Amino acid sequence: MTQQHEHAPVDVPRPGRFGQFGGRYVPEALIPALEELDEARRKAMLDPGFLGELEHLHRTYTGRPSLVTEVPRFAQHCGGARVILKREDLNHTGSHKINNVLAQALLTKRMGKTRVIAETGAGQHGVATATAAALMGLECRIYMGKVDTERQALNVARMRMLGAEVVAVPTGSATLKDAINEALRDWVTNVHNTHYLLGTVTGPAPFPEMVRDFHRIIGVEARAQVLDLAGRLPDAVIACVGGGSNAMGIFHRFIDDADVRLVGVEAGGEGIESGRHAARFAASEPGVLHGTFSYLMQNEDGQTIESHSISAGLDYPSVGPEHAFLRDSGRAEYRYATDEQAMRAFELLCKTEGIIPAIESAHALAGAMEVGTELGPDALLLVNLSGRGDKDVHTAAHWFGLIDEEGNAQ
Amino acid sequence: MSAASPTSTAGSTQAAAPTGTAAAAGPEAGLGVGGVLQRCREEGRAALVGYLPVGFPDVPGSVRAMVAMVEAGVDIVEVGVPYSDPLMDGPVIAYAADQALKRGARVHDLFTATRAIRDAGAPPLGMTYWNLMLHYGPMAFARDLAAAGGAGMITPDLVPDEAAAWIEATDETGLDRVFLVAPSSTEQRLVSVTSACRGFVYAASHMGVTGARADLGDAASVIVGRTKAVTDKPVCVGLGVSTRAQAAEVASFADGVIVGSALVRCLTEADDLDSGIARLRDVVAELAAGVREGTRA
Repeated sequence: MTQQHEHAPVDVPRPGRFGQFGGRYVPEALIPALEELDEARRKAMLDPGFLGELEHLHRTYTGRPSLVTEVPRFAQHCGGARVILKREDLNHTGSHKINNVLAQALLTKRMGKTRVIAETGAGQHGVATATAAALMGLECRIYMGKVDTERQALNVARMRMLGAEVVAVPTGSATLKDAINEALRDWVTNVHNTHYLLGTVTGPAPFPEMVRDFHRIIGVEARAQVLDLAGRLPDAVIACVGGGSNAMGIFHRFIDDADVRLVGVEAGGEGIESGRHAARFAASEPGVLHGTFSYLMQNEDGQTIESHSISAGLDYPSVGPEHAFLRDSGRAEYRYATDEQAMRAFELLCKTEGIIPAIESAHALAGAMEVGTELGPDALLLVNLSGRGDKDVHTAAHWFGLIDEEGNAQ
Repeated sequence: MSAASPTSTAGSTQAAAPTGTAAAAGPEAGLGVGGVLQRCREEGRAALVGYLPVGFPDVPGSVRAMVAMVEAGVDIVEVGVPYSDPLMDGPVIAYAADQALKRGARVHDLFTATRAIRDAGAPPLGMTYWNLMLHYGPMAFARDLAAAGGAGMITPDLVPDEAAAWIEATDETGLDRVFLVAPSSTEQRLVSVTSACRGFVYAASHMGVTGARADLGDAASVIVGRTKAVTDKPVCVGLGVSTRAQAAEVASFADGVIVGSALVRCLTEADDLDSGIARLRDVVAELAAGVREGTRA
C-alpha cells in the first residue's frame, strides 16, 4: 500500500479560504443554506439598520465597550512587563461569546428563521445562545456531549432556565466534537426553519469569516484603549485558542500592525508527550473536520483523535482555519500552556488582582507570563481575558484541594 | 505528512467537471457501475444497492455479509468505511461504525471487502467521508481502490466544488465518483453536481440523515424528476428506504434504490452473525422483489 505525499497545487484565492485552509466540506443538502447565510451576512454588514441594531444591543445589553484593566501586581510574574487585560469577562453571560451570538441571532430573524441550534462544550456558548434566543423569541435547542453535561450540570440548568432545550449527546467521545456532529445532523434535517448558530471560527464557509467579523470589535476597542492608556501599540497581543474565536476577535485589527506580535496559546493538557492535549499546532497535520480544512488531531487513518484539556472550551481536536493560515504564513505564533501552567496563572490572577478568570483565559495569562519574561520589563502586553471563572469554580476548587469528592469544603 | 491540499481549480464547478457524457453507461467490462445499471435498465427494472459498513461485527464477518447480499440479489454493494465523525449517518449506521472502529477497523479494510465482492460478481462501490481519503492521499486511494477492483466512491461530505483532487484521481483511474443532490439543491447546483458525477447521481430522498422512514412522501420523486430534467445519467435514491413497498415505489421513478440502515439493523439486532446474515438474506430478497415490482415510467 502506498501512501504518497501530494503537494498543494498553486493556490488561487477563493472565497471562504484562508490560503489553502477553510472551505466547505459538508453534505450538498446544506450548501444552499450556507449560500443563503453568506449572502445575508454580507448584506447585513453593509446595512446601517443591522449594524445600528447590533451596536445598540452591545451598548445596552452586552455592556460594550468592555473595559481594559492594567494589572501591575500580576505583571510582576510576567518579567515585569506592563500587562493590560481586555475584559471580555465583564460582558453579559460572562464571556466574549455573546458578541457573535447576538449578531447571528439578528441574522436568523432577518433570514426569516424561527429556530436556532448550537453546540456547546463548557456551556458558555450554549448559555449565550439560549440568552439571545430568549431575548429575541427564538426556539432554541443546545447540543452538549453527555460527558460535558455531567461536568457542567449548573450550566445545563442555566440554559434550561433561559428556555432552551438541552440535548445530551451520548455518541462517540460524548464531548464537543460529537455535539457538533449532532447539531449538523439536526441542521441538515431542519434547515428550512433553523439556523445553526455556530460558536467559533471554524466550520464550513462562511462561518469562520463571519464569526471573526462579529468578534472583531474586541480588537477594535482594545487597540484604541491601549493607545489611549499607554500612548503606543502593545508589543504582543495574547489570547487563548480553542476553536479560536476570541483570539481572531482581538488579533484581526492588529494584523496590519507589523510590529505587534500575535500570540495564540493552545491547551497543552497533560503535556504533548502524554498525547492528552489540544495543542494542534504543536502536534498535528492538516485535515478536514466539521466542514473545514485546518490543523487536525488525527490518527494514521485520518480518524479524529480526542483532545484533552482541563478547560472544556479549549478541548477541541481542530482549530479555526484562519489561525492555520496565520500560523503557516508566520504572522501569528502559537504556543501552549499545560493544565498545570494555566492553573498557576489562574491562581495568580485571583490572588494578585481579585479577578477570577475562566480557565480558558488562564491559558492566555500563562502565555503572558512566558512572553513577558522573554521580552523583559520594557514590553507592553495586551491579554484577552475572554471569560470569567464563575463556571469553573467547581473544577478549580477540586484542582486546589478546596473541596472533596462530595463537594464539601475542606 | 500525507494530507494533500483539497484545493486546486478555482472558479466554477463546471470547469472541474468531466467532459464525457457516455461514462454513465460504460461497458460491462469497466470497473464502474454503469454496466450493471445498463443491464437493469434493459431488464426494465431499477437496481438494488445495498450498504453495509466494513468491520461490523468484524472485518471477516462484514465481508461474509456483503457477499451474502450479492447472492441474495443486491446488484451493487455499497461498502461503508467507518469514520469517527459520520455526520450524514443516523443512529443505526453511526452505531455500527463506532463499534467497527472500536474493534479496529481500518481504511484499507475497504480493499479487502472490495476484492471479495468483485469475486462474488457485483461491483463494489465505496462510501466514506472525505478526510479518510484526503489523509490517504486521493490519488493513492484511487489507485489502490481500482487495483482491488473497486467501482468508485460515494462521497457524502464532498461537493464537486471542493473535489478537484478527487476528480483528477478518478479521471486517471477510471473510477466512478458519485456526488449527492438533495431536495434543497438549487437548479444551478443540480446542473453542476450532476455534471461532475460518474456512475450515477445519488439523490437524497429527503432532508436529513440515513435511517428508515415510515413514509417517503413525494420529496423523493420530486428530486428525481428535477434531477432527470438536467441530466441523462442514472439517478439512484437513498435515505429512508427500508421496505419492499418503498423499494417498489422508488423503483417506479428512479434507476436504483439504495438501502442502508434496514440492512445494517439485520446485523446489529442479531444474536450472532449467522442469524444476522440469514435475516439479511431475507430482507435483501424482499427488496430485490420490490425493485422488480416498480412500474417504470
